[in-house]
Amino acid sequence: MSQATTEAQPVVSKSQAIDWLHQMLLIRRFEEQSYKLYQMGGKIGGFCHLYSGQEPVAVGSIGVLRDDDYVITAYRDHGHALARGMGANEAMAELLGRYTGCSKGKGGSMHFFDAEKGFLGGHAIVGSHIPLAAGVAFASKYQGKDSVCICYFGDGAMNQGSLHEAFNMASLWKLPVIYVVENNMMSMGTQLHRHSCLLDLTVRCGTAYGIPGYSIDANDIELVAETTRECVARARAGEGPSFIEMKTYRFRGHSMSDPAKYRTKEELEDAKARDPIVAYEQILKERGWLDDETIEQMHEQVKTEIDESIAFAEASDQTPPEALYQDVTVAHHIPQE
Amino acid sequence: MAVIAYREALNQAMSEEMERDERVFLMGEEVAEYDGAYKVSQGMLAKFGPRRIIDTPISEEGFAGMGIGAAMVGLRPIVEFMTFSFSLVAIDQIVNNAANMRYMSGGQFSVPIVFRGSSGMAGCLAATHSHRLEAWYAHVPGLTVVMPSNPADAKGLLKSAIRSDDPVVFIEHEVLYGDKGEVPDGEHLVPIGKAEIKRVGSDVTLITYSRSIKATMAAAEMLAGEGIDAEVIDLRTIRPLDLDTLLESVCKTHRAVIVEEDWPYCGLGAGISDRIMQKAFDELDAPIRRVTTKDAPIPYNRALEASMLPSVDRVVAQVRDVMYSKL
Repeated sequence: MSQATTEAQPVVSKSQAIDWLHQMLLIRRFEEQSYKLYQMGGKIGGFCHLYSGQEPVAVGSIGVLRDDDYVITAYRDHGHALARGMGANEAMAELLGRYTGCSKGKGGSMHFFDAEKGFLGGHAIVGSHIPLAAGVAFASKYQGKDSVCICYFGDGAMNQGSLHEAFNMASLWKLPVIYVVENNMMSMGTQLHRHSCLLDLTVRCGTAYGIPGYSIDANDIELVAETTRECVARARAGEGPSFIEMKTYRFRGHSMSDPAKYRTKEELEDAKARDPIVAYEQILKERGWLDDETIEQMHEQVKTEIDESIAFAEASDQTPPEALYQDVTVAHHIPQE
Repeated sequence: MAVIAYREALNQAMSEEMERDERVFLMGEEVAEYDGAYKVSQGMLAKFGPRRIIDTPISEEGFAGMGIGAAMVGLRPIVEFMTFSFSLVAIDQIVNNAANMRYMSGGQFSVPIVFRGSSGMAGCLAATHSHRLEAWYAHVPGLTVVMPSNPADAKGLLKSAIRSDDPVVFIEHEVLYGDKGEVPDGEHLVPIGKAEIKRVGSDVTLITYSRSIKATMAAAEMLAGEGIDAEVIDLRTIRPLDLDTLLESVCKTHRAVIVEEDWPYCGLGAGISDRIMQKAFDELDAPIRRVTTKDAPIPYNRALEASMLPSVDRVVAQVRDVMYSKL
């Protein structure tokens, strides 16, 4: 049964809710098909970190932002990019290393970017993007705008100095940034209790810096949205940063090569029994906003959409040899060879 | 032409560019209320206010990263490191984020930022505070690396760096801050990527940059007394290297000595020597020689430290070697 605690009074409209469900289904399908393509050998290379299970975090929080806000995340970035409106085509083409990819096939799974959507990446050094988010928020304030920046990272990133330096400055200067730790309880294969001196993350990352901290069950997408909305309002009002611990769970390994010996089969099955997408389908059905038939249609629609993205990617050109020296600098790049 | 100090030239460059472009701001440790650890930003807080002249906590990685984030969305930050020795705790930001951002985003995001500050062996600062990191940064595609040796270049190159759309590592030298020199009046820009021939000569090419220009020029004068006519080139920009100017000179003199205030192994001179030999091996009448610091951490003791630096005598000795001349 669902563990979601969304109250009877919905915080979103019907059309918004259906859109969010669609986005979560799209991300899940994208990730599961990526998994298959990776396993098929050679189609997707390198490191590939899947978001399955964590969908309500990206969809519920990005879902309450404006178009002129900014989103930045770590290397498990497919979900955030799709939630921000990146096309599945550009995303899939990037995984396949094609020139039509969102980073022209030069970034790969961990480095998705979409300037038009205010999606500032995909960053693969743990914690390295956390100061960037403070800088983006600084720019908003400097320019007298009320755009905000939302920044996602995993629980492992809490142990990087970059986080603590950025949190101090973000709070000191009241920067409009919302920091979200996606606590999936594992820093790669090291469980939270083995890597964090405190288990109450709001104390470690919020209280310590005078930043309001929240800790929520992120399987509940509407709670995610409601909490984020509150933090965004504070940021826009010039009241500074917020910290949200979103408790979530990843269904797949850390990356593709992960044998996942750090968890039991039962633990994973328990988590899958609380699948947040299934839970939200149930909630929307109970509200009378969807029925089984419509949900089935949505699944089919998403399946087609992802199949088309794979076809698009497969039909796209490989990133050509001459692209090697392109986009190194804005000025003409002179190879120092 | 006005005669001003190197630090004042840097101050003028930043102030003029901040007046010209609202997107430019300065952040770093002690840049505002303290007026700069080396007084480079003296008076700028009073002139531009705390919105644009920003004192940071001692968090180099954090504020370097903040500058990069701000640059990605339209600002043009100048990030001051009190010394580049401290940039070592921010190097992930400079290399992974500033240098790579444009490439890994497929050209969608650029990072118009200047990282600037003092560097080099400044006297009794010992191993942690005497780093020369030009070779480290010059190694990285995506970065521009600039090292001015005099007030005119300090001003003209810093203005060009601030206007650059790419990340620039702008390395000053601590012992040069008080040096005075003529700086052209009015708008003075020095192009990035262009070396300058400081002394025209026909017998040997001396290639150097930043503070080592002093020992090298003095060595050239001493050599002139021996009948050796040295050409001295100030690189000014370390990356991209002005290879054309170097090759033109070497094809004239057929000999080269590279003078650098840095360790020998994998140093800048090794890379420059490689590039000259690839293009002009047949023009060389002698192996390229290098004058570098000795291969040891930098000692506190004044005499030991001085013994490591490229000195006039050490430059002269290497020139005699490539000239096959005996005294």
